[in-house]
Amino acid sequence: MTAVAHTPTRLVRGLILGGIGLVFAIPIVAMVEFTLRRGLAGGHDVSRWTALFQGGFAGPYRTVLVALGNSVGLAVGTVAIVLLLLVPTLLLVHLRFPHLRRVMEFVCILPISIPAIVLVVGLAPVYSVLARLLGSSVWTLAFAYGITVLPFAYRAIQANLDGVDVRTLSEAARTLGAGWASVLVRVLIPNLRRGILAGAFISVAVVLGEFTIASLLNRVTLQTALVVVSKADPYTAVILSLLALTFAFLLLLVIGRLGTVRTGSRRRPTTGGQP
Amino acid sequence: MIQNQLQNQNQNPLQDQARPAAARRAGASVSFEGVIKDFAGHRALAGFDLTLHAGEFVALLGPSGSGKTTALRVLAGLESTDAGTIRIDGADVSTLPTSRRDLGMVFQSYSLFPHLSAGQNVEFGLRMRKVRGEERRARAAAALALVGLGTHYDRFAHQLSGGQQQRVALARALVTEPRVLLLDEPLSALDAQVRVALREEIRRIQTELGITTLFVTHDQDEALAVADRVAVMRAGSIEQVGAPEELYSRPVSSFIADFVGLSNRLVGVVRHGFAQVQGISLPLLDPSQADGAVSVSVRPEDLEFGAAGAPGVVLSSSFHGSLRRTRVRLDDGTSLVVQHGARLHPSVGEQVAVRFTGAPVSVDPLPAPE
Repeated sequence: MTAVAHTPTRLVRGLILGGIGLVFAIPIVAMVEFTLRRGLAGGHDVSRWTALFQGGFAGPYRTVLVALGNSVGLAVGTVAIVLLLLVPTLLLVHLRFPHLRRVMEFVCILPISIPAIVLVVGLAPVYSVLARLLGSSVWTLAFAYGITVLPFAYRAIQANLDGVDVRTLSEAARTLGAGWASVLVRVLIPNLRRGILAGAFISVAVVLGEFTIASLLNRVTLQTALVVVSKADPYTAVILSLLALTFAFLLLLVIGRLGTVRTGSRRRPTTGGQP
Repeated sequence: MIQNQLQNQNQNPLQDQARPAAARRAGASVSFEGVIKDFAGHRALAGFDLTLHAGEFVALLGPSGSGKTTALRVLAGLESTDAGTIRIDGADVSTLPTSRRDLGMVFQSYSLFPHLSAGQNVEFGLRMRKVRGEERRARAAAALALVGLGTHYDRFAHQLSGGQQQRVALARALVTEPRVLLLDEPLSALDAQVRVALREEIRRIQTELGITTLFVTHDQDEALAVADRVAVMRAGSIEQVGAPEELYSRPVSSFIADFVGLSNRLVGVVRHGFAQVQGISLPLLDPSQADGAVSVSVRPEDLEFGAAGAPGVVLSSSFHGSLRRTRVRLDDGTSLVVQHGARLHPSVGEQVAVRFTGAPVSVDPLPAPE
């Protein structure tokens, strides 16, 4: 068996990419088509799009904009929880308490096996206490989302952690006179950038798409607002969904850009462990 | 004690940026005093004592699990001690964090920061010491030139060979002019040729800078070739420490004789200050040895082929450049390795006779039969 035998031909690559592309494209194209329909008479026009934009998102659609702001705020809060809590904890477990790694993995993976509905049953009484302490504004949902994104963020960061010799790098930095803060900021985070970024990515995506918890806890987020709109006007709801999709796509693109620009892109991110 | 530490910090040449290279202080002295370190029920260091004089190159040699790396890590502050004291220039550093011990360390695994270029890696320690831009770059470039990589400032770790990475790591450890240089098997991941070249270079640079160096290795050739003194460890403490020649020619135990150089183990008896083995009487390295049954260690070069020797048959013979080592089974079943000139080429199965050259031997008492 040679390496050549494993390399797919241009045709195979094209077929695979095309197939996957179709899976993503068909629903989106169908949505676009739906918003352009002219009702029972048949035919297509852009009247609904122009009506929405000329109306300046007035009336019932105003909530969607507020909800979008809420969701973005929640995404930021959730990413902050993941970065400030999960990354240091994972590093601590990796460097100081390696015997806790299995426990950590189990705890982090757990939320994926618990249906959101079950999670809410447990969260509801917690949130009634939380509401008394911190008020019931929408950002408190970030605590719940911090748990739901845990499995995804954990996997992304842990995979990066396993690929970098964190122990030797931090020991080397310490012998060179770096305190723990410098080790973290100057050595570990730059080398875990990819994992941290991937974790942040997936957290944002999960938060923007979450419906169950927000709906059951009666909070207004992008998804719950869209459902409300769709009950009154299914066409506009689909237009707003398309806009939300575009927004999420652009947001992820921007985050990705920020991550690469900040640390420079002259190098391939490798662990440099090969002789 | 605190005052001592403060004084030491003030003397630190790294913080004195104006000090010209020529006025560098000679390395610091280091001493381990009764250091004990336990890992989950396993005693890695059992009352470890060792003193390194200022500017000295000491190799810590021992089989794996003997505690040599632990000793080095304890000195670096990467492991805490359970008992005992570690002093650098007389000041107790046992509780000082690694970042304030002012040491340079080269690790066994490649430890360059992958997100920084070679030059930025070398600058790292200077950056931590708040050395300013221009001076920092100049000093980093000088350190890279010292290890022969002056033109590799902008390369990243993945663009360098293993040997080059370890050179950069050495430059990075030295650029801050630390009090002590710690080398944790820095050559073990490299191939044989690079290894020999780099160990000689490390010795050259160490002599040039006069920096006190502790070099951990499991390779006796490496230790004997470069060190001023070699300390051989066994089960968490030092078995023997001395100049390479001393260790080789006057081992205190058969463990040392086995570990440092090759050695044949023969059963014999000590009587009146001589070892009786194979019907021959040999002088002892330690004449005060008590009479009784012993295990005798004989170097392959202290054996030769000769008509008057014990008869045996050649089992194998291996070529080592200018010399050859031949394994012989004597008629009584004892197996021996004889070292001789490469021009003599015994064939397998050949009948030979082996005799002792009469060089003094080291012995270990055998446990008395039950």
